[in-house]
Amino acid sequence: MSAPADFDLADNGKTLRFTGSLTLARLGDLPQHLDDLEASPDKIDLASVERMDTVGAWLIHRLARDHDIPVDGANADQAHLLEQIAVADQPLENQAPPLHNFNRLLNQMGEATVRAGVTLIGLIGFFGAVLIDYFAVLRHPRRIRWNALVRQFEVVGVDALGIIGLMSFLIGVVIAQQGAIQLRQFGAEVFTINLVGRLTLRELGVLMTAIMVAGRSGSAFAAQLGSMKLAEEVDAMRTIGVSPMEALVLPRVTAAVWMMPMLAFYSAMVALVGGGLFCWFSLDIPPITFVSRIREVVPITDLWQGLLKAPVFGMIIAIAGCYQGMQVEGNAEAVGLRTTAAVVQSIFLVIVLDAFFAVFFASIGWI
Amino acid sequence: MKAPARTAPRKQPDASDTVICVRGLNNRFGEQLVHENLDLDVHRGEILGVVGGSGTGKSVLMRSIIGLQTPESGQVEVFGESMIGREDNDARDVRARWGVLFQGGALFSTLTVAENVQVPIREYFPHIEQTLMDEIAAYKVVMTGLPPDAGPKFPSELSGGMKKRAGLARSLALDPELLFLDEPTAGLDPIGAAAFDDLIKSLKETLGLTVFLITHDLDTLHAICDRVAVLADKHVVAVGTIPELLALDHPWIQEYFNGPRGRAAQEAADREAGSDPIENMKRRQAALESAGGDTAPEKVPDEGGGPEGHGGVTR
Repeated sequence: MSAPADFDLADNGKTLRFTGSLTLARLGDLPQHLDDLEASPDKIDLASVERMDTVGAWLIHRLARDHDIPVDGANADQAHLLEQIAVADQPLENQAPPLHNFNRLLNQMGEATVRAGVTLIGLIGFFGAVLIDYFAVLRHPRRIRWNALVRQFEVVGVDALGIIGLMSFLIGVVIAQQGAIQLRQFGAEVFTINLVGRLTLRELGVLMTAIMVAGRSGSAFAAQLGSMKLAEEVDAMRTIGVSPMEALVLPRVTAAVWMMPMLAFYSAMVALVGGGLFCWFSLDIPPITFVSRIREVVPITDLWQGLLKAPVFGMIIAIAGCYQGMQVEGNAEAVGLRTTAAVVQSIFLVIVLDAFFAVFFASIGWI
Repeated sequence: MKAPARTAPRKQPDASDTVICVRGLNNRFGEQLVHENLDLDVHRGEILGVVGGSGTGKSVLMRSIIGLQTPESGQVEVFGESMIGREDNDARDVRARWGVLFQGGALFSTLTVAENVQVPIREYFPHIEQTLMDEIAAYKVVMTGLPPDAGPKFPSELSGGMKKRAGLARSLALDPELLFLDEPTAGLDPIGAAAFDDLIKSLKETLGLTVFLITHDLDTLHAICDRVAVLADKHVVAVGTIPELLALDHPWIQEYFNGPRGRAAQEAADREAGSDPIENMKRRQAALESAGGDTAPEKVPDEGGGPEGHGGVTR
């Protein structure tokens, strides 16, 4: 290994003489020593330098520039390197100074607010575009893409039966078990059936299904459409004369709207089975009693509530997924960000709307 | 397997002037044999161009040499050290001496261009103070032909050509002795590609770089390569200067260099050789600047997906 970079002052401090190898690897703390230099030499001597790379050349160049002194004793290669470095030394325009912490906080809050507003407007606009295309397709039913539609029914609905069934069954068991523990304190264990029946049909069946569909299908919509946009497939469709709205978005939205109520009903039924089995094994309530009691205590409006909310939630999930997918631009990172955004937005909107529905149904007397 | 027995009797070249030494390399993907008993030497201070038809394993060869692909058998030595089966954080003394430019630039998307350039410096020389680090990044960025204001930009704000230049700036961050370039001029316009060639050549001359260059660009081969290695039939069929290769009676080589494109590149190189290289370089720079450089981003980044990664609405 060559000698480390160093320097000394010759000719009574008039000449700054560098020795060793002026390379990044052998630099050591030379830069600090140079900064601490108090003498003001008249010239720089490179005759004893073994090797020099661009970092060494930069240090020499900076020194010569700041002290306005000539460089001596450079061989041809070193001189050429110094020349190149000098060409590459271009001052940066002043950057905007970084904001103060409090201002930065305000700045970020403002940006997030604007972004949320822009997204909301975009979603509403997209919803409108979907509605317009819906009516256009309904007026010309030959433009309905049955193959894509059936395929989406399968992907969104049939393929989800396993996971939604398992999840709902466990939810039913957990509600019954937790409810039984609390109600036992009043000796009112039999009310566990009311709890399971009303909760699953009214709220949990549809809500858990919506969350599952958002995670399974909403994210898939965003990722599929996003990668198709990146690969310019969507552009290719447009140039051929196929509307991406008709071919890609409408089948997905339709599938989600139709499948959600069925999945929600199925989810509620499986949850009832889970709760019923728990009551049978743990509370000794036989299934026949469970069913007849359910028919007594759960009003039919609970079922209507669940089934009315489901298609709306499906619409929201599909719209958010497709909208975010169609917004993908630039690189693969955007697909990931948009997919995340699609899931977060759809679950958020579903829960907000669920709260509105609860108030609405209560005020029309469906208690 | 069988490789060590075969390679033993081979002449081992002088280690001091052979930077890369590949012996008996075999690479296989499933049933498909990509390299069979491939030998290659790269000498210190040369620019070696690697050519071959699509799918002949040029990139796989480079990945084998830099340790990203473990070959089925064979030896790969870089600076006299075997690179086979080395962990990513192993062989750091070798990794500090090479720079690699991947096809798309492979910039870290969450860092600015200047921060990208500083990554290798921080990794190997953490004691260097920030101001010097910033200055180093700034001059490297300008040296590779980017405008000075490219430093604080994020990769998503750059065009394909600019990403390549930024990738080159990062691969040159440690002033490496050995540079791997994977199709550096692919996707650049002809003026930009010629300027890139000028840059590689002048870096090689001033820094004494050794360059391993994969390319399809016949102009690059003629303009800057000292030797050319031809990959065909799963191994290196010939290595030599272009006139030496032309003297060989290999159908692929003849078609490659004597086809219409090969001839045009040859004539262009002859014309270029007759003129003043400094003048050529200046002319190209002026041309690039008059066109606003290759500075226009490929796609305008969307309003939501900011480069800091908090794009989209996450409520």
